[in-house]
Amino acid sequence: MSGDNILTIDHLTMRFGGIVAVNDLSFVAGRRKVTALIGPNGAGKTTVFNCITGFYRPTGGAMRLTHVGGNEIALERLNDFRISKLARVARTFQNIRLFPGMTALENLMVAQHNTLMRASGLTFLGLIGTPGWHNAEKSAIDLSKFWLDRIGLLDRADDAAGNLPYGDQRRLEIARAMCTEPALLCLDEPAAGLNARESAALSELLLSIRSEQGTSILLIEHDMSVVMEISDHVVVMDYGVKIAEGAPQQVRDDPKVIAAYLGADEKEAIAVMEGGT
Amino acid sequence: MTTSAPDPSPAARPAGIPFILKKALVSAFVALVLFSLMIGIRTEAGPTGQLIYWTRFGELASIVAAVFGGSIVIELLRQWLGPADTRRIVPPFVRSGFAVAGRLIAPALLIFTLLVPVIFYDQRYILDLAILVLTYVMLGWGLNVVVGLAGLLDLGYVAFYAVGAYSYALLATNFGLSFWVCLPLAGILASLWGVLLGFPVLRLRGDYLAIVTLAFGEIIRLVIINWQSLTGGPNGVSGIPRPTLFGIPLTPGDDGLAAKLGIEFSPTHRIVFLFYVILVMALLTNWVTIRLRRLPIGRAWEALREDEVACRALGINTTTTKLTAFATGALFGGFAGAFFATRQGFISPESFTFQESALVLAIVVLGGMGSQLGVALAALAMIGGFELFRGLEQYRMLVFGLAMVLLMIWRPRGIIGHRAPTVYLKESQTISSDLVKEGHG
Repeated sequence: MSGDNILTIDHLTMRFGGIVAVNDLSFVAGRRKVTALIGPNGAGKTTVFNCITGFYRPTGGAMRLTHVGGNEIALERLNDFRISKLARVARTFQNIRLFPGMTALENLMVAQHNTLMRASGLTFLGLIGTPGWHNAEKSAIDLSKFWLDRIGLLDRADDAAGNLPYGDQRRLEIARAMCTEPALLCLDEPAAGLNARESAALSELLLSIRSEQGTSILLIEHDMSVVMEISDHVVVMDYGVKIAEGAPQQVRDDPKVIAAYLGADEKEAIAVMEGGT
Repeated sequence: MTTSAPDPSPAARPAGIPFILKKALVSAFVALVLFSLMIGIRTEAGPTGQLIYWTRFGELASIVAAVFGGSIVIELLRQWLGPADTRRIVPPFVRSGFAVAGRLIAPALLIFTLLVPVIFYDQRYILDLAILVLTYVMLGWGLNVVVGLAGLLDLGYVAFYAVGAYSYALLATNFGLSFWVCLPLAGILASLWGVLLGFPVLRLRGDYLAIVTLAFGEIIRLVIINWQSLTGGPNGVSGIPRPTLFGIPLTPGDDGLAAKLGIEFSPTHRIVFLFYVILVMALLTNWVTIRLRRLPIGRAWEALREDEVACRALGINTTTTKLTAFATGALFGGFAGAFFATRQGFISPESFTFQESALVLAIVVLGGMGSQLGVALAALAMIGGFELFRGLEQYRMLVFGLAMVLLMIWRPRGIIGHRAPTVYLKESQTISSDLVKEGHG
């Protein structure tokens, strides 16, 4: 997968005082591919996400986002909202962060803020109510409707987001991220708390986002069935360093990975594996 | 936190008579313990300096009985008018009646307001009071943008009111500019100060933000007091010109409006004129706020109140969004200030104390943060009610405090606590106040 990478992480390091959360991590995420970032709890996965999406400024290293035209953006130089606005990286959160007091539709409309802001002439044209603004608002509602339909929530569009069931909130958050029309979608444990049926539906949604919208996906996930089903490439982290990477199958059989998940050392893991098979 | 449905405990609360009686008994017992020393025993110094005391069990008994009865009444009322999710024992036809009244109240209030000068033409006191109420309605609507929509707790709103008032007063007395030229200038200057305040405080959240805005309000007042050469210090600015109707003054002279229309001059004309000026200004504030809510900037304000981190993840520049909220709120505050200056004809720093900020904030909170109608009702209740109880003299504050406590029991999120969506596909469903965040960050 060399050549067409959307995201290149190069020797990324993040320190909090004396604690090294991410240590010299390098990996690439392919365009129109699903890259999964897995590892035991506390491995530093969410920290990597926060660096990529600008919530943390990394201590060292480079993160390069390459758009289709070859336009390269150094993510470590941008801060939070500009990453979404200029680099077109969208994210969801481990603990859902919707706007609970706003309706599902409004949540998706907020996601189109920058487009609508331009269309409303920085509010002034919108205040007068020019036809251009009305058209822009209409197409924004259409895009929201499209995504609500896609996640099966069209008939709950006018319900408060905080009133939706948990699984629906998860999908609404993904739809909201997609309404920013991102090039790279970063999902932080999208299947957490979902039952088997909902996880399967989620996998389907993510694969269709990849194939239909052409969005590259970077995924943190503990649910191995989801990871194995949809990932093209898996990166495994433990204690802030990369311990393995490769195709899902290959990673699954890697003794180092199993050792990390079991909290044992490599030899023991091999013994367990051989004993088990 | 987002997963759980609204807390079901209020609905599950036992509503039976034993519960009410038990609660009343507990309240009565607390009252007995509290008041047995405060009211039950009266002490005084005797003629030779010794302590004499006597008991007043009659008064004590009546107080305890009042608490007992009051507790039952409050609990009953609470179950009738309680928050949205409590089980109600109000019959359906009463409830639908309330719903109809709720829809009609805004247009009815507007029509009544339009007719106030006609109905009360001879009652100068009521006209003055109406102007005062409308000024606070406008201030409340202005602050509502900052506190209600954007969720930024601003305790120094009076600073912008002061900037607006002094801008008009100084421009008019020094350069002879007319009210209508100064009005936009006063608004712009105030919003400039809003942006100036906004820049340093944007990093702060919650309580810290409130403290800094409070300090800002005090700084503006102290500068006004001490910058004697410009503002006249504690003496204030007097002789502020009155507004004109397209250049025609409302004076008894030959070029006055009355003479031009060929009617007899009356000082009430000016009051009625001022009434309609502030009414139009307040309605403009309302219209702009309602429009802004449906524009991306307004939605971004509300999203900011709901979750700032999520806003940033969606590419919203939270800094400029907060600044625009401050500037918009300040703009309306500045307009109201200019109006205040032209109405009074005299301004001094005494009119811009923290008390005013607190009053406007109380109006916004009581009205229900983010609700335009709620703020208008709260301003009417606070300012109008305050005047209404003027006859009660020292009990006025007591009645006022009691009313606020009761209101907060029944409507913890203000008179109108629910939120109306800004856009909908099929039908606009109001959103329960339990889901709407308060912000302050």
